[in-house]
Amino acid sequence: MTDVKKVLATFLVNGEPHEVAFAPHKTLLEVLREEMNLTGTKHGCELGECGACTVQVDGTPILSCLSLAVDAVGKDVRTVEGLAKGSELTPLQHCFADLGAAQCGYCTPGVLMAADALLSCNKSPTRDEIKQALAGNLCRCTGYLKIFEAVELAAARMRGEKAQPSKESIHGS
Amino acid sequence: MVLDDPSARSPQAKSDAPWHHDAKKEDLKHIGKPIRKVDARSKVSGLTKFADDLSMPRMLHMKLLRSTRAHAEIVSIDTAKAAALPGVKGVLTGKDMPIPFGILPVSQDEHALCQDLVRFVGDPVVAIAATEEEAAWDACRLVDVQYRERRTIGGVHEAADHPEPRLHDYGVRGNIHRLENLEFGDLAAGFQKAEHVREDTFFFEGNTHLPMEQHATLAHFDKDGKLTVWSSTQTPHYLHRALARVLAPLPAHHIRVVAIQNGGGFGGKSDPFNHEICAAKMSMLTGRPVKIALTREEVFWCHRGRHPVLMRSKVGVTKTGRITALDFHSYLDGGAYGSYGTASTFYTGALQTVTYAVENYHFRGARFFTNKAPCGPKRGHGTPQPRFALEVQLDKIACDLGLDPARIRLDNLAPRDSLTANFLRIGSMGLGTCIEKVVAGSRWKERRGKKERTADGRIRGLGLACSSYLSGAGLPIYWNGLPHSGVQLKLDRSGLVTAFCGSTDIGQGSDSVLGWIIGEVLGIDPLGIKVVTSDTDLTPVDLGSYSSRVTVMTGNAAMQAAERARDILAKGVAEKLGVPANRLVFADEKVFDAEDPKKGMTFQEAVVCTEAKFGTIGTVGSYTPPATAAKFRGGGVGPSPSYSYSAAVVEVEVDPETGVYRVPHVWMAHDIGRALNAAVAMGQIEGSVYMGLGEAMMEEMAYRDRSHKGHRVFVHKIPSLLEYKSPSALEMPTVTTYVVEDPDKNGPFGAKEVGQGPLLPMMPAVANAIFDAVGVRVDEIPCSFEKVFAALQAKDKRYGPSLGADGVPTVDFGDSLKIKTPWQGGDGTAWNEPKREKKAAK
Repeated sequence: MTDVKKVLATFLVNGEPHEVAFAPHKTLLEVLREEMNLTGTKHGCELGECGACTVQVDGTPILSCLSLAVDAVGKDVRTVEGLAKGSELTPLQHCFADLGAAQCGYCTPGVLMAADALLSCNKSPTRDEIKQALAGNLCRCTGYLKIFEAVELAAARMRGEKAQPSKESIHGS
Repeated sequence: MVLDDPSARSPQAKSDAPWHHDAKKEDLKHIGKPIRKVDARSKVSGLTKFADDLSMPRMLHMKLLRSTRAHAEIVSIDTAKAAALPGVKGVLTGKDMPIPFGILPVSQDEHALCQDLVRFVGDPVVAIAATEEEAAWDACRLVDVQYRERRTIGGVHEAADHPEPRLHDYGVRGNIHRLENLEFGDLAAGFQKAEHVREDTFFFEGNTHLPMEQHATLAHFDKDGKLTVWSSTQTPHYLHRALARVLAPLPAHHIRVVAIQNGGGFGGKSDPFNHEICAAKMSMLTGRPVKIALTREEVFWCHRGRHPVLMRSKVGVTKTGRITALDFHSYLDGGAYGSYGTASTFYTGALQTVTYAVENYHFRGARFFTNKAPCGPKRGHGTPQPRFALEVQLDKIACDLGLDPARIRLDNLAPRDSLTANFLRIGSMGLGTCIEKVVAGSRWKERRGKKERTADGRIRGLGLACSSYLSGAGLPIYWNGLPHSGVQLKLDRSGLVTAFCGSTDIGQGSDSVLGWIIGEVLGIDPLGIKVVTSDTDLTPVDLGSYSSRVTVMTGNAAMQAAERARDILAKGVAEKLGVPANRLVFADEKVFDAEDPKKGMTFQEAVVCTEAKFGTIGTVGSYTPPATAAKFRGGGVGPSPSYSYSAAVVEVEVDPETGVYRVPHVWMAHDIGRALNAAVAMGQIEGSVYMGLGEAMMEEMAYRDRSHKGHRVFVHKIPSLLEYKSPSALEMPTVTTYVVEDPDKNGPFGAKEVGQGPLLPMMPAVANAIFDAVGVRVDEIPCSFEKVFAALQAKDKRYGPSLGADGVPTVDFGDSLKIKTPWQGGDGTAWNEPKREKKAAK
C-alpha cells in the first residue's frame, strides 16, 4: 500500500482550487483532512454509518468517507469551512450557536452540511422533513431537538421573518 | 496577590450564603440567561480542534495489535518481520512498560500492553509506529503472537462457579473482584413492620457511551526532555498521574497533558488508556511526535461502559406504600479489568435512599472479572441499573396495593435537609415538584390505565419513574486532602480576564460555566472572558469531567477566585473615587457607586487603577466538598455536595400483537437547583432523555459466545455504529421539559448537577408504560420489541431473569458491616467494624 503511485489533481473546494497529490485509493474525507488540512470535516466510523463526514458535492450532501477523492475532481465541493461568508456566520450557524444545537460539536459539521443542503432546496421544511434529512447524522449529545429547532429557526429567518426561539425550547415548560 | 477582606466587599458579596444560592433571578445579569457558550462560534464553523485534527512535522502514526483471544497466556511475540517493514520506526511490547496502572489506587491492574496474559478480545499486545498509517497496519499483520488458551469466563454465573483460572491475582477470591455488604438499621424489624413484601429479579444489560469522536492521542517527547500529550480525555489530571507512574523515572513535572476538546465523553474517556501511554512511550522511543486515532471497533474495545448488572430486590411496605425495609443485591459483570468498578459496585447500592426514605436498608454487591471489554462509568455511573429495578418494583407494589404510582412516590419522598439511612446528606430536594409537574403535564391522572387505541391499532400507556444523582463525588479518586477544583484569574490592563482551570469541556459547556460565573461576579460579558482549561502545565488541578462535579466544584472555585478579584478591584477603585468599597457595584462592564451611579469607571479602568496601586493582579479560588457524614468502610462512595432530582412520564404506543412500540412523548422534570444557562441546561436534559431512551429500547453491549479455531471467544455482536442500535433523529420523541429550580446552598448561585440525572428514569418509565399499555412486565433492559413480544406470549406475562433461587449466582457475602441509622442514634460508623479509623489516624 505504501508505494502506490500518487495522482495529481485540482479540486474545487469552497470555491478555491486546491492542487493535491494523493494516492488514488484515498477517500474524499482523507484528502480533505490530510492533504488540504480542512479538518472541520469529521469522521466517526469511516464506514458510512454516522454522517459526521458529510460534505456537499455539487450541492448534494454525501458521505465523504465512502467517496473516492478522484470522483470529486471537477466538482464543486463544499465543507463546513465554506459556510460562513468571511467572518459572518450563516443564519443556520447562528441558530445552532444560539440554541446550543452544538454540544461537543463533533457531529455538528456534518449536520450543518446536511441541513444547509435541505434549506437550499426547501425554504419551509416541516419537522418530519428535517428529521428525514438528518436521519443519517448521528448525534449523541443533544437528543436532536435543539438541532431541529435551530433548522426551523434558521429557515424562518432566511425567509425574512423575525423569528425567535420559543420560550419552551429555551426555559422549559 | 490574594486579598479576601470581607469588609472590602461590594454589596453583592455581602450575602450570608457563601455561594449566593438565594440570589434573586431578576438581580442576575448573566446567570440563567440563554447566552451562547464561549466556544459556540468555533463549534459551528468546524474550527474546534479535536485530537485527531492535530498533526506535527515528522509525526508518526501508531497502531495497536489487539488480542484475538478472550483469555490466553502469551507464549511468544515475534515482531522481527514487522520491525523490518519499510516505514516502521518503532515497536513496543509489554516488556517495555512493565509498571501497572489503573484509575483507582485499589485496582492498578492494567498494563499499557499485555504482559503475560490477554484477558479479552481487544486487549492490546503490540504497538507499532510508522511514517504512514497503512504501513503501521501492515506491520501489525506481520507480528506473530503465540497464545496458550485458558478457560474463558463469560458472565457472573460462570465467574461465581469457576474461581479458576483467575483473571487477576488480586480481589476477594477466585474471580470475585469486590464484595460489599452493608446493613443500615434493623432489616428484620423493618420487614416485620411491613404489610406487603415483594421480591423481584431484574437484569440490566451493559451498553456503551458511543461518543461520536473516536479516541485519539498525539504525544511529543521534545529534545528538552519534556513530554506533551494531547488527548481526548475527560480526566487530564488522572492521565497525568498514570503517565508519570508508567513512564518513571520521567518526572511528573516533565509531563504535560492537554485534554483537548472531547467529541463526546459520557464517561467513556475517564480512564487512562493503553493507547495514550503507548503513544507517549513511542514518542520517547522514536524521538518523534506520535499520533494514534482509534477505529470505531477499537472504541468498542476501550468500552468502560455500563456494567451488566443482575439484581434481586426485596421491598417491604405498609398498606399505604411506605417503605419499611429494602434488601438489595447486585451482581456486576465487570469485564476484564478493575477500572472504576469498585466505585461502580458501591454506586449500585448508594443512591436508593436519596429519592425515597428507606428506614432500614441492606445492600450486598458483588463484582466479577470476566473475559470481556472492561466496564466502567457511563452517565449515571452504577446508579441507572438499581434505579431501573427500584422504580419498576415500586410500580408493581402500587399495582399490588391499588395505589397511584405517582402517589406512592410522593408519600415516600426523602426529606430535604436530612441524613439518609446510609448517611448521605440531602440538601435541597425538588423531587415532589418534579413529580407534580410531569403528572400535570402528561394528564397522568386522566390518561393512565385507559388503554386508548391509536388509529393504527396500538395501545397507549403511560409510565412514571424518578431518580436522583450526585453533583460530584464527595471524595477524590485517590486519597488526598487537596482541593477538588482550582481556578486562577489573571486580570490584564486591557480589561481582559483570563480564567485558568483544569476542568475539561466534553461538550457539556464547562468552559462556559467559568465564563458565566466570573462574568456575573465581575459584571462583565462572559463571552469576553478568556478561558484556558485542561492543560496540566498551565491550569490548576480540577479532577475532571466525571460524576457531574464540574458545575458545583469548578463553579464554586471560579466564584471564589472572582470574588477575590472583585475585592481587590473594589479596594483600588474605592481609593480612586473616594467611595467606600462596600458601596461599589460591578455591572455592565463598569464599577460604580451604588448611591451615585454616575460616579464610576469602566471595568478596564478599574483594573488599571488597581494594578497601579497593588501591582499585577491575579487571584485563585479552590473548592473542597463538605466532609462526609458516613464514616464506615465504603461510605466514601455516594456523598456529594448536593443531589439533583428527576421525574419522567413516558408515553408509549404498543402493538399488542407484535410487541413493537414507539415513544411519541416524554415529560421530564429536572431539579437542578438553579439553571446557570437556560438553553444549555435544556440541552443537557434533552440529551439525557435521548440517551436514556436508547438504553431503554435498544442499546446493548452484548456479546456473541462463539468458537474460533476450537477456542471460545467473546466478540461484540458487531462493533459498529450501524449494528449497535442507537436512536436516530427519527426515533426522538417530543419532549416537554420542566426545569425545576430548588437552589442548594452548596452550589454556585444554588446550582446543582444537570445532565446525568434525567437519563435514569427513562428506562423504568418505558418499562412501566409498556405495562400500563399491554399488561406485561419486562424486567430487563433493553426493553426491546422481542422481549415485549416474549412477555406477551408468556403465561405469567413477564420477561426477565429467573425469579427463583437459580436467578442469581451463589455468593457468600460474609458478615455485613452493621451501621445504626441516624434515627437509631448512629454516628456514621459501623459498630462491628474493626478499628479502621484509629489505624488510619496513626
